[in-house]
Amino acid sequence: MSAIEVDNLQRAFSEEVLAVAGVDLEVAEGEIYAFLGPNGAGKTTTVRMLTTLLRPTGGTARVAGHDVVTEAPAVRSAIGVALQEAALDPLMTGVELIRMQATLHGLDRAEGRRRSNALLERVGLTQASKRRVGTYSGGMKRRLDLASALVHEPRVLFLDEPTTGLDPVSRKSIWEEVVKLNDEGTTVFLTTQYLEEADQLADRVGIISAGLIVAEGTPTSLKAEVGKPRLELVLAEGEPDDCFEVLERFGQRLPGKDGKLVIEVESGAAAIAPVVIALDEAEIAVESLELVEPTLDDVFVEKTGQHLEGAADEAPTPEPAGEPQPDPA
Amino acid sequence: MNTVRVVVALGRRSVLQTFRRPQLLAPLIVFPTLLLAIQTGGAGAAVNLPGFPPVDSFLSFMLAGAMIQSTLLAGNAAGIALAVDIEMGFTDRLLAAPIPRWSIVVGRLAGAAALGTFSAVWFLAIGLIFGVEIAEGIPGVLLMIAVTTLSALAFGTLGAAIALRSGSASVVQGMFPLVFVILFLSSAFFPQELLQEPAKTIAQFNPASFIVDAVRDPVISAFSSEDLWKGLAGIALVGFVGSVLSAGALKRRLRTG
Repeated sequence: MSAIEVDNLQRAFSEEVLAVAGVDLEVAEGEIYAFLGPNGAGKTTTVRMLTTLLRPTGGTARVAGHDVVTEAPAVRSAIGVALQEAALDPLMTGVELIRMQATLHGLDRAEGRRRSNALLERVGLTQASKRRVGTYSGGMKRRLDLASALVHEPRVLFLDEPTTGLDPVSRKSIWEEVVKLNDEGTTVFLTTQYLEEADQLADRVGIISAGLIVAEGTPTSLKAEVGKPRLELVLAEGEPDDCFEVLERFGQRLPGKDGKLVIEVESGAAAIAPVVIALDEAEIAVESLELVEPTLDDVFVEKTGQHLEGAADEAPTPEPAGEPQPDPA
Repeated sequence: MNTVRVVVALGRRSVLQTFRRPQLLAPLIVFPTLLLAIQTGGAGAAVNLPGFPPVDSFLSFMLAGAMIQSTLLAGNAAGIALAVDIEMGFTDRLLAAPIPRWSIVVGRLAGAAALGTFSAVWFLAIGLIFGVEIAEGIPGVLLMIAVTTLSALAFGTLGAAIALRSGSASVVQGMFPLVFVILFLSSAFFPQELLQEPAKTIAQFNPASFIVDAVRDPVISAFSSEDLWKGLAGIALVGFVGSVLSAGALKRRLRTG
């Protein structure tokens, strides 16, 4: 059974404003599905409909096997929701908030306490749990929001832009938690405007623009649709520019800028070693060699003719590291 | 059963929120206390006016007015807090949970009622410290607390209706001066018989007058079931109007998202 089935879902706010213009999608149990698109594309409106916070004006959607309109309470019991900008009461303490969430989901006092403590421990907030949420950093708030969304062990987790505005370390900590949850069997539906987030986390990506899904697939297949990887080389000073004889054995020559020599290759990273060996054998010195692969932004450009906002200056991927460090309590 | 636990949890949050945010607590306690002190000090001689009810002191007369002023402000504060929840998205967290949607509003009203009880106890303590004698004794005290609590609940429905309709804390806060219009056009701060027209006529039909009189009655005279029933009818009317408006506003908000 699919965790989420959406058929021609629409939401109009007026005759002129059609925020979601007919979305079709299906998310399998245990999948991480990323909804990628710029601000105003319809991501949040779609999530609000799938989480029963907003009634669709057209189409149907089923979440965890229940219709979002006619079986809304059953949907709410099956899902966890962490909305954009972590809507937390700054006057409550972390532990008060998560225990209240447990009560809202019908857990008895003892079970609510047990799960709350376990989740606070899991997201590294045990020490800070008695502090008011207003004193938490952005990363701590997101982790608390995530923990609250998990208190009733939902089958499907909705994360609306879970890392927007976070620093790379906090972002990585959230990513790790999402992957861990997914490994434990939770289906995750996340919206993001970060290419890397979709690329790193998602099994499948839906690219949404102007209320419609314009492309859908695995990150690899989407990128493969828009072009092949290319090698960009800068030769050492004094080397002749006519080394294409060597390079063209590995792929088609492409026009290059700023003195770069560019060839399109079939196999991505696997093409680097043979090229380097061939250049070395031909005694051609290379100053730099870079493998440039298509990004999801290229997919977005291909499908919509526009770049994703901020795609060029997106925060770099956090360095791989060990366990996330708890914020100073 | 769980709905009761949800309402209690949300009511508890509402009370904690008020005590942790001085700008919500101050209007409920500090303003009415100051006004009580100023009025009692400045207009104490009014008790000698012909037609003034037979009371030991002006404080005895004003105590009920201060309590109902506090509950009106508690209703306004409940509306502000609900609107803040809507503005910051906290209401979405509650709406995404498997609870009856009305419990979100009822939880907030439960908090307002608890604050009503608190303010009743606060002003009774002030009154007793400064020599007010409650004519009806302990049953009178309990009656005053009960009516004040119910009035906070009723006024809370009006605050909630404005909050749900507007979704804006500033709009609800903007209703603050109305509290004083309602009070000055009632018997809260001065006996109805001594008001000038048209205030006198308005006060005759103002539900706040009935509620204040029901709270004041046990202080100044023997128990009058007529005053009590009128007070409860005033509370029921305010509560009914507020509940209908709140239900409509909630329904509209859920429909439009």
